[in-house]
Amino acid sequence: MNEKNNAPKLLHIENVYKQYGEKMILDNIDLIVNEGEFCTVVGPSGCGKSTLLRLILGQEPPTEGRLLLDGKPVGYPNTDRGIVYQRYSLFPHLTVLENVMLGPSLKLGLMERRRRKTELRDEAMHYLQHVNLHLHGNKYPHELSGGMQQRVAIAQALIMKPRILLMDEPFGALDPQTREDMQIFLLELWEQEKMTIFFVTHDLEEALYLGTRIFALSQYYSDDRGHDHKKRGAKIVSDHKLPSAVASNEIKHTPEFLALLETIRKDAFEKDHLQHVREFNLKHPDSYQTLTEEESNHRG
Amino acid sequence: MSDKPQFFGLHAQPGPYLTWALAAIPFILAIVIYMVAADIRHKENPQDKLLPNLSQMTDAAKRMAMDEDRRSGKILLWSDTAASLKRLAVGVALAAVVGLLLGLNMGLFPGMHVMLASGLTFISMIPPLSILPILFIMVGVDELAKVTLIFIGIFPVIARDILMAVNKIPREQITKALTLGATHLEVAYKIVLPQILPRLLESVRLALGAAWLFLIAAEAIAANEGLGYRIFLVRRYLAMDVIIPYVFWITILGFLFDSMLRLLLKKKFAWYVARG
Ligand SMILES: Nc1ncnc2c1ncn2[C@@H]1O[C@H](COP(=O)(O)OP(=O)(O)OP(=O)(O)O)[C@@H](O)[C@H]1O
Ligand SMILES: [Mg+2]
Repeated sequence: MNEKNNAPKLLHIENVYKQYGEKMILDNIDLIVNEGEFCTVVGPSGCGKSTLLRLILGQEPPTEGRLLLDGKPVGYPNTDRGIVYQRYSLFPHLTVLENVMLGPSLKLGLMERRRRKTELRDEAMHYLQHVNLHLHGNKYPHELSGGMQQRVAIAQALIMKPRILLMDEPFGALDPQTREDMQIFLLELWEQEKMTIFFVTHDLEEALYLGTRIFALSQYYSDDRGHDHKKRGAKIVSDHKLPSAVASNEIKHTPEFLALLETIRKDAFEKDHLQHVREFNLKHPDSYQTLTEEESNHRG
Repeated sequence: MSDKPQFFGLHAQPGPYLTWALAAIPFILAIVIYMVAADIRHKENPQDKLLPNLSQMTDAAKRMAMDEDRRSGKILLWSDTAASLKRLAVGVALAAVVGLLLGLNMGLFPGMHVMLASGLTFISMIPPLSILPILFIMVGVDELAKVTLIFIGIFPVIARDILMAVNKIPREQITKALTLGATHLEVAYKIVLPQILPRLLESVRLALGAAWLFLIAAEAIAANEGLGYRIFLVRRYLAMDVIIPYVFWITILGFLFDSMLRLLLKKKFAWYVARG
């Protein structure tokens, strides 16, 4: 399915379903994400983007299917995966510096933590410098603006050097100017740290600007299960490779690029534009799709 | 906006002096009404005991707070206060610790919740005073019974309050802590516990009123010193001149503890106060 690409697969999602009660949310999701990719995920509100993130994080198990990280089942949340939420990422009772130091110091025993206190501080300060907040280390989260809080949350997650950094609308609550600053800032960090990022947003432009790969999750599609099939959930209906924004900013204003934006908008967000499962725009080299016989009666 | 209303209406902004004056009005009113009533009774009978006037009460208060008791050689107000506060402190502290541990562990660990939730609800439904006789029979009439009554009376309330506070902590925070490498115990005692300590202080503040109630009730029934014991003892002689200053003293103590806890909250948990 993916022989032409030899880069190591970091995340492998196979036939994943997620159901809440009778309601199917994620419907047979297949996905491979390679190391170093900046993946952005878009889709209509309520389609299951955060749910997919929770499954990767291990906060909830899938109803069916497998999620593998470095070839191993993802299991409960652990240090392999970092997370930045739109809110609630910081611990309100700890200062900025303590928030960033928390991860590394949890790894150590009590004695070790005492002994290496300055070392821990220096490391945390280094990361705070990275996010340009080294002068605010002694403040509490409630004393910071929304954008500053999100930068601390990013530093807090980065210091753990997770295999994959998951972000759920991290800039969703910020004003447009701060948001733009944060986007540039995140791209720079991604460049420097060679991270793998999985970035959920409902803003298509943001997704196109940031990602090296964009895919859309949507429940607006058709298949051979019949028009009135009750338990239809969201699938990946569109998957594209993007030129890196860091490499060139201009590309993102070309006609092809605007055409891509329009395609994804239609594929994912338009209620009446129902593509058949066999005709999805799965253009990214890593994308693959295994359909059940029920979904696709067509053989060949 | 030059003529901001001082008192009337939705936009009232009482100035600093008026604030003091307004706050004092209910107290002054109560005192005046009492003094007038006492005066009327004293006109009829200068020896009236039911509504003692100010000088009678200060005399009695002075006697209780400064003179040694002839029989025990103790200064009664202080020995009573010490005895009562000791019971109150031990009972409340025990209830706070147990309530905190119960609420925390039940809120975080589903196994604990399943095991303890119905038991806790059951215990909290027992009217504490109704088991006072049982306590006297089982643990005797000395200190332990009083402390136990306070403990049983308030720990379920604190535990349930803490439980609710733990449940309010967003699930995201716990997941976040796990991604930072915290173990389950570290989540409980390093991440969640420090966050609900301020809530514990508030819980204790609210529970203090009930704690006093149980203390006075237990002392009234079986004790040989304590504020509640004294009030119920002198009641036999209709000694209102002692009872009223004692009640006043208890009120001041309660007010003092409440203010202390509030200050502690403000000083030590600024992040909590600021979040509202
Ligand atoms: N614990 C749950 N129990 C029942 N239904 C749930 C639960 N969590 C999510 N859902 C439902 O699953 C669907 C997908 O939710 P999800 O939060 O993943 O959407 P989303 O794509 O992240 O939306 P948004 O863009 O608004 O954040 C929604 O219809 C939601 O009501
Ligand atoms: Mg969401």
